[in-house]
Amino acid sequence: MNWNYFIKRFGQAVLTLAATITLSFVLYHAMPGSPAESLKNVILSQQAASGSGTVDLERLNRMVSMYTNIQPDEPLHVQYYQYIHQIVIEGSLGTSIYENKPVTELIFERVPWSMFISVYALTIGYSLSILIGSVMAYTEKSRFDSVSSSIIIGLNSVPYYIVGLLLIYVLAIQNEFFPYGGRVGSNVAAGFNVTFMQSIIWHAVLPVVSMSMLGLGGALTMRGNAVRVLGEDYLRVATLRGLRRSRIATQYVGRNAILPMYTQFMIGIAGVFSSAVIVEQIFTYPGVGLLMYNAIQTQDYPLLMGSLIIFTTVTVIGIFIADVTYGFVDPRISAGGSDE
Amino acid sequence: MDSSIHESLLEVAMSSRDDAVDLEELFESSDEYDPVPRAERLRRWLDLSVLAPARVAINDWRALIGTIILGCYLVVGTVGVVVVERPYSDVAPRNAPPFQNLEYILGTDTVGQPIGALLVHATPAMLKMIFAGAMVSVGLAALVGLLSGFMRDTLVDTVLMSITDVIITIPGLPLVIVLLAIFEPENPYMVGVLLGLDNWPGLARTVRSQVLSIREEAYVEASKIMGLSTLTILRRDLLGQLMPYITINSALSSRRIIFESVGLYFIGVLPFTTFNWGVMMNMAYQNHALTRPDRLHYLLFPMATIFLMSFGLVLFSQGMDSVFNVRLQARHASTTDGEVTSDE
Repeated sequence: MNWNYFIKRFGQAVLTLAATITLSFVLYHAMPGSPAESLKNVILSQQAASGSGTVDLERLNRMVSMYTNIQPDEPLHVQYYQYIHQIVIEGSLGTSIYENKPVTELIFERVPWSMFISVYALTIGYSLSILIGSVMAYTEKSRFDSVSSSIIIGLNSVPYYIVGLLLIYVLAIQNEFFPYGGRVGSNVAAGFNVTFMQSIIWHAVLPVVSMSMLGLGGALTMRGNAVRVLGEDYLRVATLRGLRRSRIATQYVGRNAILPMYTQFMIGIAGVFSSAVIVEQIFTYPGVGLLMYNAIQTQDYPLLMGSLIIFTTVTVIGIFIADVTYGFVDPRISAGGSDE
Repeated sequence: MDSSIHESLLEVAMSSRDDAVDLEELFESSDEYDPVPRAERLRRWLDLSVLAPARVAINDWRALIGTIILGCYLVVGTVGVVVVERPYSDVAPRNAPPFQNLEYILGTDTVGQPIGALLVHATPAMLKMIFAGAMVSVGLAALVGLLSGFMRDTLVDTVLMSITDVIITIPGLPLVIVLLAIFEPENPYMVGVLLGLDNWPGLARTVRSQVLSIREEAYVEASKIMGLSTLTILRRDLLGQLMPYITINSALSSRRIIFESVGLYFIGVLPFTTFNWGVMMNMAYQNHALTRPDRLHYLLFPMATIFLMSFGLVLFSQGMDSVFNVRLQARHASTTDGEVTSDE
């Protein structure tokens, strides 16, 4: 393993996180009026709703700083320093205005659920697309090739949330095969037992299927790559050497056709995590996406920014792992090519 | 002609070919070079960059159907809005089923607005959104990719590529949602621009790697030796090569903008200020269209509209891909069998 490559990737990950945190700080200031102004309004309306009297300016500033980690009465660079200090050193993302709990607590409760459906959606979507793509390339111009090409082009034109709605309609409402919302049955006791696990998997099937639609577009890219590799001279040599078909398929065609799709996969990781917001709302699946959706409805800016930062962190970690392992799979990358 | 350039050109020519062309004669004849008239140049340009792809495109059914579908949406978005009356509540009976009355052929919704008219009147805003979004994402991508490819290994390249990688990594939809929640844009162009902002980095990387490989080509090298400016080389040699990527990716990023904007309207993150297919789906969903069969059409028609438009865009991009990308047209199975590739 090339250390230079590792350090470069790590630096990239840290840079991305720093950029996101900076962006959230900038966005607090880009809100209509100052962050203090807009939050004051939100806090005041919350206060009015709960009926706890008037608030003086100093106390308001203290509250803004408690909720957002931003001290409105300090100079800008001090604010920025303190904001980063709070997040990086103290691990605090502020306090939710609506729920009045630390944002980190609210989010970390839900991260495993989002990860659960996203990771399965990614794995299933991409494995399927690689499999279908390579079979299509092997049977190029056959009936299977043209039929599945058409199906995939068709599926590419359906947004994943429409797939989700149709799945709900057909599989949850017309036929009650699957539940159409939530993450676990209401009358199932939590714990390490079979019914609980079954119920979790049962609730995750439809969200996972609709999210994995995002990865299926890769099948056509895979087909194109594999068709190109099939025409290469070294493949002919491999056949002439009398190598087993399975070895040619996996080590020669598979490897060389999958590698160029790597960048697409990387972007796909961010895409699948993104889709969580819409999918979780449709299936009322209580993950980070649904939390973020509720934060918009209640104008809970600290929770909103916190979700953005956590979404980015999870994606950055995912991409970092993919990056580092990719260096093992394709030695050319860690040797430092920057052409792609 | 400057003597040093002359010499280097000679060297290049000598090293690259060894057939017996009289080089001196080659250069002398260039004194009597007669410029091609403007009209002729225009005709050639038109033939090369518009008519030739169009001729190939007509032969490719996917490109043809894709273009027709997109053309229909364009007509609906411009002429259709004038022809079809703007829908208001209770201009028709409520919850009318589809295909019963010619006045409201697609049926009506829960407040008595004809669904067909709603679909038509949502189109212009959608087209504006797509236009703005595609322009922003493809424009930024081409700019960043070209610049950074041409200034490889300089500070500019490093900085631009770092920014690109950062934006690739940040999940697009949550970022867009935060931006939308804070700025609450109502203008469709503005929504399009915000949606386009997270869309360009992938294409920028493709453009950059294309520039890097084209840069090594002999003809670009030759242009450099001849002392052409970077801008001229960009325009003459590179942009033509990159057009396929730009066309295909415009279509794909348009599709993505439809998906994202409709999705965000559907879950109700974007303000319900205009007619939109996503807003219609949201209303249908809120009115239990999924559980009440008599209201299902209210949900299905917007879905079909979105599907058809994305289908047009995907077909268009697929068609363009096979028009431009000769590699995909060739059938390699025949090469491996030892025959000379026949043109299919």
